[in-house]
Amino acid sequence: MENLIALLVAAPLLGAVILLCGGRRLDRTGHWLGTLLALGSFVVAALLFTDMLGRDGEDRAMHQHLFSWIPVGGFQADIAFQLDQLSMTFVLLITGVGSLIHIYSIGYMEHDERRRRFFGYLNLFLAAMLILVIADNYLLLYVGWEGVGLASYLLIGFWQHKPSAATAAKKAFLVNRVGDMGLSIAIMLMFTTFGTFAFGDVLAATGETSEGKLTAIGLMLLLAACGKSAQVPLQSWLGDAMEGPTPVSALIHAATMVTAGVYLITRSGAIFNAAPDAQLAVVIVGAVTLLFGAIVGCAKDDIKKALAGSTMSQIGYMVLAAGLGPIGYAFAIMHLVTHGFFKAGLFLGAGSVMHGMNDEVDMRKYGGLRKYMPVTFVTFGLGYLAIIGFPGLSGFWSKDKIIEAAFAYGDGVRPWIFGGVALLGAGITAFYMTRVMLMTFFGEKRWQPTPDPHKEPSAEPAADDAHAGEMPHPHESPKSMTIPMIVLAFGSVFAGGLFSLNESFVHWLEPVTAFEHPHPVISVPAITASTMVVLAIGVAIAWFMYGKRPVPVTAPRGSVLTRAARRDLLQDDFNHVVLVRGGEHLTRSLVYVDHTLVDGVVNGTAASFGGLSGRMRKLQNGFARSYAVSMLGGTAVLVAATLLMRAV
Amino acid sequence: MNPVNYLYLASLLFAIGATGVLIRRNAIVVFMCIELMLNACNLALVAFSRMHGNLDGQIIAFFTMVVAAAEVVVGLAIIVSLFRSRHSASVDDASLMKL
Repeated sequence: MENLIALLVAAPLLGAVILLCGGRRLDRTGHWLGTLLALGSFVVAALLFTDMLGRDGEDRAMHQHLFSWIPVGGFQADIAFQLDQLSMTFVLLITGVGSLIHIYSIGYMEHDERRRRFFGYLNLFLAAMLILVIADNYLLLYVGWEGVGLASYLLIGFWQHKPSAATAAKKAFLVNRVGDMGLSIAIMLMFTTFGTFAFGDVLAATGETSEGKLTAIGLMLLLAACGKSAQVPLQSWLGDAMEGPTPVSALIHAATMVTAGVYLITRSGAIFNAAPDAQLAVVIVGAVTLLFGAIVGCAKDDIKKALAGSTMSQIGYMVLAAGLGPIGYAFAIMHLVTHGFFKAGLFLGAGSVMHGMNDEVDMRKYGGLRKYMPVTFVTFGLGYLAIIGFPGLSGFWSKDKIIEAAFAYGDGVRPWIFGGVALLGAGITAFYMTRVMLMTFFGEKRWQPTPDPHKEPSAEPAADDAHAGEMPHPHESPKSMTIPMIVLAFGSVFAGGLFSLNESFVHWLEPVTAFEHPHPVISVPAITASTMVVLAIGVAIAWFMYGKRPVPVTAPRGSVLTRAARRDLLQDDFNHVVLVRGGEHLTRSLVYVDHTLVDGVVNGTAASFGGLSGRMRKLQNGFARSYAVSMLGGTAVLVAATLLMRAV
Repeated sequence: MNPVNYLYLASLLFAIGATGVLIRRNAIVVFMCIELMLNACNLALVAFSRMHGNLDGQIIAFFTMVVAAAEVVVGLAIIVSLFRSRHSASVDDASLMKL
């Protein structure tokens, strides 16, 4: 069975190579090939999973050593895979949701002439993401880490003819680079500290290492996680990443790639457990992002950007949980999986709505769609109930556990702060998701004719605006799009309950991540009850603001907070002022120093040598007798000097 | 007779030779002045040999003579070929090697 592990990666990698190198003759069949290979990878994953279930918890981990990559003296880097329970969870999520989104994309990208290339990139992403989660050392993980970054860049900028998409892709790549730098520094630190970067050796050696070094490694890993998982302060790229096609947003920027940071922290759990300061930093980053994303999600009118804010916030929950240590790892991963289901479902639903509404993304121009898109409405609705944590659905089980664990973090004032933030986040989640739901599927129709790009704008103003462009005709999406949505809706409803049955998910992960029961400062039923109250308040406020009152088509000015949140809480302005301006000043002063000091020294040296040699060449006059004089003079000086030295 | 007087004579001869090398233009005369300097050295070496009571200086004087003979062969050949090509034995005329 262990030899099958490489096949997980090989199938989508083969697909990427064939689709990207195959040329136009694959245009008609390429998407089927890409989907089949993704499904093939899922089948292999399922086989490995059943095999793994047949064994005891402790020896479920499988290893496959392919070849020695860089053997230099004591330095050993292997292409080797490790498939334990944690990796298996990710592999199933990635290949499962990935396959569904491949199927969805067949319908969604039907009219795109570059569909083959799109599937090639999707397969490339799957391969890189699988390498990331089944690598058995940090260096190979880094390969996957960079691979998903590349695939994300290519897919965000897939509609490269739109300048906004091209810019968003560049932005995502650049911001991710900052995080990648953190990971590479962490790997270097590991190598100097432990002399190896295989998971097993590094994590086993944490006991004998000083806390300072572990804290440094932990903080660098956190920086890496912040970049990939869009956590404060490297969060600014995720909103713009919504320029990519919606299946990409669902797969990469909601379900899988952005959770790589959580994987990294959980995988490096032994390092963080031994470095409480780094852990506290993780918790703070998670808590801040949780609120940040939620507030941004409340103000966005673009349905995908609202969902992106929500993704940021939910990953904040996961990072928060991963920072809590053994009481939180399992819940972080559980929320990650359930979030993978319902957020991918929500994004696919958003894509379906956009598909029916001529690619309109402004929710203020939706309204009343539930009658026209019943399947989308029901699946989106189930995803909505799951994400706000409606009792019994997936989000309820996983998010509630995180809130409980947050209330059990440390002592003194800490559990109250972080538990309170997690609880507040649940309320805001309920608010913004209800807002999305009400603005899209309920209320009056606020559809606007879309400006037709093919028509010349007529000289005389149209008598009726409705005739200026084509009114959208909302319709249900084709089967290839609705079926993945239905499957994901099932996951959104049942996954959490299934995982919580006899704590099966926690026990499944326990051999890898260890587990301790959290002991919250207030009783568990009280936490559940207060979560429900907060949730109800959030829903009620949203209903009062967007359900009871009509939604204006043009956004009102709003409060200061709303306006700031519409601009992503000024993150870009902050980056511009602090980083761009600061960088400009830094480079300008460096250029000044370079021109005056460095160039001054170099040019001065050159000029003085030039002048000196100009004078010295005059000695070279060609007359043998003058050379003889200098020889005689030189000898005389030498003799005089020698005699003088003797005399002294 | 005090051997130091030989050293005075050798210094005088060397100074005359050096002055000749520096101020005369005719290559033959310059050449002869160089021989004069070499022989002044020989004289000094032999005088030293006498002063120190061993034969080292005399042996070196023989070496000098051998080298001087070889130098004469090469040097005269150069002067002859120089004269053939330029119809002049002036050392200042052969001043092409300059920047």
